[in-house]
Amino acid sequence: MSTVHDSATMVRRNVKHTLRDPVVLFNAVLFPIVMMFMFVYVLGDGFDVGGGDYIDYAAPGMVMLALCYGMGATATAVNSDMTKGIINRFRVMNISRGAVLTGHVVSTVARTVLGMAAIVGVAFLMGFSPAASFGQWLAAAGLLVLTVLAVTWLTIAFGLAAKSPESAGFFAVPLIMLPFFSSAIIPADRMGPGIRQFAEYQPFTPIIEAVRGLFAGTPDTGATVAALAWCVGIGVLGYVWALRKFARRV
Amino acid sequence: MTDMAIVASGLRKAFGDRTVLAGVDLEVRAGSVFSLLGPNGAGKTTTVNILSTLLRPDGGTARVAGRDIASETRAVRAAIGVTGQFASVDDLLTGEENLRLMADLQHLGKGGRRVVADLLERFDLTDSAGTLASTYSGGMRRKLDLAMTLVGRPRIVFLDEPTTGLDPRSRRIMWDIVRGLVADGTTIFLTTQYLEEADQLADRVAVLDQGKLVAQGSPGELKRQVPGSHVRLRFADSAAFDSARRVLTDATPEPDNLTLRVPGDGGATSLRRLLDRLDEYAIDVDELSVHTPDLDDVFLALTGHHSAEVTVP
Repeated sequence: MSTVHDSATMVRRNVKHTLRDPVVLFNAVLFPIVMMFMFVYVLGDGFDVGGGDYIDYAAPGMVMLALCYGMGATATAVNSDMTKGIINRFRVMNISRGAVLTGHVVSTVARTVLGMAAIVGVAFLMGFSPAASFGQWLAAAGLLVLTVLAVTWLTIAFGLAAKSPESAGFFAVPLIMLPFFSSAIIPADRMGPGIRQFAEYQPFTPIIEAVRGLFAGTPDTGATVAALAWCVGIGVLGYVWALRKFARRV
Repeated sequence: MTDMAIVASGLRKAFGDRTVLAGVDLEVRAGSVFSLLGPNGAGKTTTVNILSTLLRPDGGTARVAGRDIASETRAVRAAIGVTGQFASVDDLLTGEENLRLMADLQHLGKGGRRVVADLLERFDLTDSAGTLASTYSGGMRRKLDLAMTLVGRPRIVFLDEPTTGLDPRSRRIMWDIVRGLVADGTTIFLTTQYLEEADQLADRVAVLDQGKLVAQGSPGELKRQVPGSHVRLRFADSAAFDSARRVLTDATPEPDNLTLRVPGDGGATSLRRLLDRLDEYAIDVDELSVHTPDLDDVFLALTGHHSAEVTVP
């Protein structure tokens, strides 16, 4: 009971932080939309993605981009909590220990899902026309939320492991780059040697392919199974690592 | 039942091969102000961190509010409040929201609103209650920090260098707040590197140097322990001065102003003996004053070095 109450208090705290920091909101919600405009309207006609509208190809990748862009803020916020003294205040209070982390997880997932919903909404305005059934929509949404949860835990672990808020924020850089080296923008088999193999075997590609298949109404079983395996793997790794780092911090 | 708020014995702590606390024993009476005095690096913050359950000691035991810090951590935490050296306030929340956060975490429910309003009023923060804590001045941040600590009405409050870095005016405001807490019956465990602060606030002072307590007592007792206290005797004329010089052979003469400095602890007994002796020889003393050293002299005498930073204004 007290754990739920304390966690809810921490979620409120983190939501206030997010709403107060325009840069965080811009990165999480607006910037991915700007990127989508750029790729679809400016560059999209130059890409050969094997027929069909480019927006239909790009939308799932843009959703992944939206997922990645907000994470840096979470890593920084988690680290600030640990290094700037407020954690010591929480520690000497008789409150639920994990509430601080729960607050970050819930608010990050909520913010990221909002950003992804905004991307999908704008994609519709740009002519995105998925053929997915209701069930396939649900499956795509479920897979995406699972991905968010997995990446969030990994981000929190990085935030806890980093020495300072600045170095925690640096974690976002490779995370932001990953979608570009996946099948988010163009198919992996159009890429140069080396990059192509990397794109084919990195986790974002099966996740994007699985979502793309579900949106198109032609689920790709192989990619979906791989995506689920990656999500569970990343999530468990992030969760265990985060708890270990947290236990050492508090 | 004991009337000791804090009892610690044999506290030891080392970080790597650097010993920070080398066996510290202390007792703090409930409702009193106890001050741990020492320069930077003496182990003050480590002591506070151990007593407030933030850090496990390598050795030794302590009971805070009658509960064991190792086995009854939650009960200890429920009884204490800690305000650290660096204000731990949430910069992205307003002053009022910071206090509300504490009230929510203390499960105060509806009564929390009242507690928050009272604290804002008492700490003179009502006007800036709605602005972000990141815009507060150093003094305001400390006040907010302490107010946050007091939301749960702790019986024992740890103040780790509460006025370090504050301007003189903010320092005096902090002192008044501490006195107000004591008047309400709160026990205060205060660390400071300002000798004047311990002198002003504390009922008992313990001097910590390189992980060991080198002295304990009331500020007055500590001052009397130190050689260097002396009695100054001034005489009306040189005849009296000269005869006094012959009688009090251990005195340091200052012929220019007909004054003798007689070493002594300034206590009533030694003072009476001194005056009796002068009486015996019928020497009249024009003026007498007792000089006790301040706590900086105490520090020098007890540790062989000055307190690292003496920037008392």
